[in-house]
Order: sequence, then C-alpha cells, then structure tokens
Amino acid sequence: MTQSVTLEKSRLIEIQRRMLRIRKFEEAVKRLVSRGELPGAVHTSIGQEAEVVGSCMALADGDYITGNHRSHGHPIGKGAPLNRLMAELLGKQTGICKGKGGSMHLADFDRGSLGESGVVGSAIPVATGAALSCKKLRSRRIVLCFFGDGAAGQGVLYECLNMAAVWSLPIIFLCENNQYASLTPLREVTKEPRISKRAAGFGVAGVAIENGQDVLNVYDAVSEAADRARGGIGPTLVEVLTYRYSDHSEGLRHSGAHRDSGEMEFWRRRDPILLFASRLQEEGMANSNELDALAIEVQTEVQEALRFAMQSPFPNAEDAFSDLYSEPIPLSH
Amino acid sequence: MPVVTYLAAIGAAQKEAMEEDDRVILMGEDVRSNLYGTAPNFVELFGADRVINTPISEASVAGMGVGAAMTGLRPIVDLTYASFMYLAFDQLINQAAKSRYMSGGQAKIPVVYRASMFYGSSTAAHHSDRPYPMLMNVPGLKILAPACPHDAKGLLRTAVRTDDPVVIFEDATLWMQKEELPDIEFFVPFGEARIVCEGTDVTIVAIAGSVRHALSAVAQLAEEGVSTELIDPRCLVPLDRDAILNSVGKTGRLVVVDPANRTCSAASEISAIVVEEAFSCLRAGICRVTTPDVHIPFSPPMEKPLYPTKDKIVAAVREVLTPL
Repeated sequence: MTQSVTLEKSRLIEIQRRMLRIRKFEEAVKRLVSRGELPGAVHTSIGQEAEVVGSCMALADGDYITGNHRSHGHPIGKGAPLNRLMAELLGKQTGICKGKGGSMHLADFDRGSLGESGVVGSAIPVATGAALSCKKLRSRRIVLCFFGDGAAGQGVLYECLNMAAVWSLPIIFLCENNQYASLTPLREVTKEPRISKRAAGFGVAGVAIENGQDVLNVYDAVSEAADRARGGIGPTLVEVLTYRYSDHSEGLRHSGAHRDSGEMEFWRRRDPILLFASRLQEEGMANSNELDALAIEVQTEVQEALRFAMQSPFPNAEDAFSDLYSEPIPLSH
Repeated sequence: MPVVTYLAAIGAAQKEAMEEDDRVILMGEDVRSNLYGTAPNFVELFGADRVINTPISEASVAGMGVGAAMTGLRPIVDLTYASFMYLAFDQLINQAAKSRYMSGGQAKIPVVYRASMFYGSSTAAHHSDRPYPMLMNVPGLKILAPACPHDAKGLLRTAVRTDDPVVIFEDATLWMQKEELPDIEFFVPFGEARIVCEGTDVTIVAIAGSVRHALSAVAQLAEEGVSTELIDPRCLVPLDRDAILNSVGKTGRLVVVDPANRTCSAASEISAIVVEEAFSCLRAGICRVTTPDVHIPFSPPMEKPLYPTKDKIVAAVREVLTPL
C-alpha cells in the first residue's frame, strides 16, 4: 500500500524538484501574461502539483500520459525539459510543437506525453487507445489519463471505462478533482460529487485520495494502480481531491467570486510544496539549506527556459502549412 | 482473373493488410460475426486478439483508433453506417485530424476509418447520409470514395500503409457490383483520378455510386454522337485537380455528379476549382447533378427520385452542350 516508504532520497528530492518546476514555470508564465507578452489563453495548475507529480513519478519513463487544456504540469511532471515547453508557450519555432499547439496543447512524445486536449474529455479515448496498443504489443507500458472533474460530465469517459474494464487495459484514469469546471462548482452540476464511486458500475477499481495535496498519498495510490495495470489486472479510476489557486484562465479576474469564503486559505495551508518540504525535513531527507538550493536550481532552470524561448525565432508564416500530413499534399491558398 | 464484388474486395484488402503486418487490427461493431461481410473467417485467420468487437461507442472507438495508431498499431476502425460517424466527429476532427499538426509533427497516426453509405434502400435519414463533403472541410484527413471493386481494394491497401488518418466512404449501392481483379497484389495511389473513359465534347466528374449512372449516360450520349470523358476522382482528399483541369481544358464543358447533398458538396468544390483555374477554357456554365438539400425519406416514391440518375446526367450534359 505504501510504496513511497521505499523511495530513495534522490527520488524524493526529484518529486520536490518537479513540483517546484511546475510552480516556478507557471509563476513565470503568469508574469508574462500580465505583461501582455504571451499570446492566447493560459490555464495554470498551481496548487495541483501534488496530483500531477505524485502520479507521474509512479510511472516508468516509457509510459504514456494524456491531459487537457491545463497542460503545462503534465509534461513537466513526466520529466519533459522546460526550454521547448516555454518556447511553445511563446509561439516560437523551437517550441515542442513548433508553435502549433501553444499553452493548452503541449505534447512531448519523447517523454511519453501524447498530447493535451483543449476539448475537455476528448483525450480520454486517445489514452484508452494507447492502452489497447500497450496490451496488444505486449510492451509492458501503461497509460496515465489525466482529466478534470469537468470532464467527468463527458460520455466518452464512461464508454472508455467500460472498454478498459472489459479488455483489462493497462490504464489509470486520474481525475484531477479541483472542484470547479471553469467557474461552475462540481456540486452545482453533479448529484454525487465523488467521481471515483462511478468506477464500480463498470467493474473498475475506484479510489479517492481525500488528501490529494500530500504528494506521497498520490504516489502510493497511483503506484498501486500502476501495478494493477502492468500486471494485467486492468484499469483503476483514481480521484484526487485538489485545488487550483488561480483563475480558470489567466486574466479572467473572477478569482474568489465563485469560491466559498475561507476556501482559498484552507487550501493554501495545505500547499503541496510546503507540505512536502516540511516532511522532507522532518524525516531528515533534506535540510533547509538543501531545499533552498533546490529552489534556486529550479529557478535557474526556469530562467534559462525563458532566455531560450525569448531568444528563439518565431516561425515563418509558411510554416503554418507543414506537419499537416506525413507526406504533404498540394494545397491551394 | 477472379471476379470479385465490391464488398468482397474490401474483405480481401483487409485480409491482405492483416496478413502483411501484425500491427494491423480490425475493430468495430460485429466484426467477429462478420455482420457486414467484410471480415469473413477473420477470427480463425487472425485470432480474436486482432479482430475486436466493440460496444456501441462510436466516439470512443474512433478516438481509440487515434491513440492506438500513435503508439504502434495500425488500426482499421469499421464505423459501419456513415451516419453513425457523427457520434465520433469530435474524435475524428479534434483528435484524428489535428493531433499530428498540433504536436508539430510528433504524432504519426496510421488509422483507417471505414464507413458505408447505405442510401437508396429505404433506411430513412438516420442511415442514408453521404457525409464525405463535411470531412473534406477538415484538413488533416485523407478522404476516399471508391466507385468500383478494383479501387475499393487498391485504395484500402494504400490506406492501411499510410501514416495519416484516412476515412473511406464505401458506397453500399455498389456492394454487389462485380469486376475482374488482378491475381497479384495491387495498390491504388492517393491523389490519382481514374479516367473511366476518354472523350472530347464534355467532361463528367462523378463520385462514388454515381459513376455507374454516369457510365450509362455516357453510353446513351455516344449513341447521340456526344463524346464524353468520364472522371472518377476516387480520392477526394488529396484531389487530382490536374486530371479534372486537363480534361476541362480539352472539352470546355463540365458536369459534376455527386450523391451528396448539394450545398458545399464535393461537386461544389470541384466546380469552384474549375471556375478559378480554368475559367478561360469553359465554353458553358458548369452543371451540378446532386441530391437536393433534404433529408432522405423512408418511402420509396419519395426517396428514389432524389439521387443522381442516368436521365438527370444526360439532361445536364445536354444543357452544357446547348449553345449560349
């Protein structure tokens, strides 16, 4: 049950490093947005780092992930280097998707990140297909499919739970329950808000992580789900209770209006990065000097990513016509 | 040379593709029981592992084709009736068509979607659509509409070897049509129209099941002394524009026959291309013969007159031959 107790110090530090990478990367992104230097819509996952990193760290390097419009955290959690992610957000030629995806649609296939869907829930079938492929090719790989509580309203989730169950596919459906679909509270549109309970109806194991801000809770639950997936037992629906600190999308300026009073303070007291830093210190895995050095190291990485992205060239207008097909076809324009 | 039906040609192409490459799987509703006749004995031949019966979940099955294709399989997804693919439009359009592009070319998506157009047999509006023009409007897909057993087989073989998503609109009005096919393996390349017959007075471009009616029209017109060139694009994306433009360059007259609904049909696009690129060659206005913009009714006396027929095509040719 608690595989995290066997984690070596270097892995524990890596967990904190990746959570810090998401936090500092997105803080830098928020600054760019506020200065008007970043085109398009931006959705941050600040506050949700534990569910992203705790689950990704429970995977092997060759495993696959899919996600959604809140797309920065997932590839970072899976270990993607920051430079090309930041360049993508700035629409640069060196971006991981060559400037064709942007903030909502990061993908880093070298890290198993198969793409983040801007259409809520739409990546769930893609993830399930990847799991079918893992099984048919006997690759021993598994798939981690991130989706939010908003996507729990989409029918494809239930179609895929059914198929993943009947074919015992190696997949983990991870519901990032941050309790709001844009501004709409889950309880307002859902009678039974515990999404993981729905798994039982499909013959799928369902697990709820009530304290989803504790990264090792997530790691343990997803490790167990990963064992089930890799062992051929089948899928698991893991629901992680979490919270995002920022607006649904940067610049909406709705922050707070739709939230209960005191809610933000309650969740900020359980900040995943602060919680884990305390734990590392309590257990003698890192002292405050080491943690400060780690934060500086990550900040330097983010600065380097910003420098790389800023200095990279924009794509040419005609680059819009590449990457449509494996072999280009004549287009009139 | 064996005489093969359109339906059997599809089955033969699937069989050859699955024999050739272990990564090819067939998934869809009732594929194991061979309900539609394109997977005879496939479970015995390839095992239930590669012949996958799915629940009635078109959206997710279509999306699973994308995910499986991205990660090493080469799925053939049988969506059965073309009207059912509307359930899967999010996956076809937002995932299959866009994932390669949006990832900057990282994704390779060798998936084939097959769907049959069952019009003309009193199945009413929920089973009778010819929706290929809707997907011609979606960049990133390759769209096929084979009109004979040879092309049904050869295009499907090419589709399975293609690293991009391909949607094949099979025409059920042609299922029982027979043709002698080569004994040896063959492939039909994408983007090359079939010149069904050559002529000098007028060009007919006909799509899917309407090619057969156009061919009857060509025979009747020949008796009247009209020399008609008949072109079957067979691949709608990429479209062989040169074959059409060259023919119109020669004849100066064009009739486009398309069983899809009229507005924004394949016929509309082909007509626009010819007007834009070969206006100076045209000696008469272009005439489209299409299905009007109504839903397909159940009752035969209402349904039958809606589609392109030999007589409508002959009338259209006479119209474009009428001196201005």
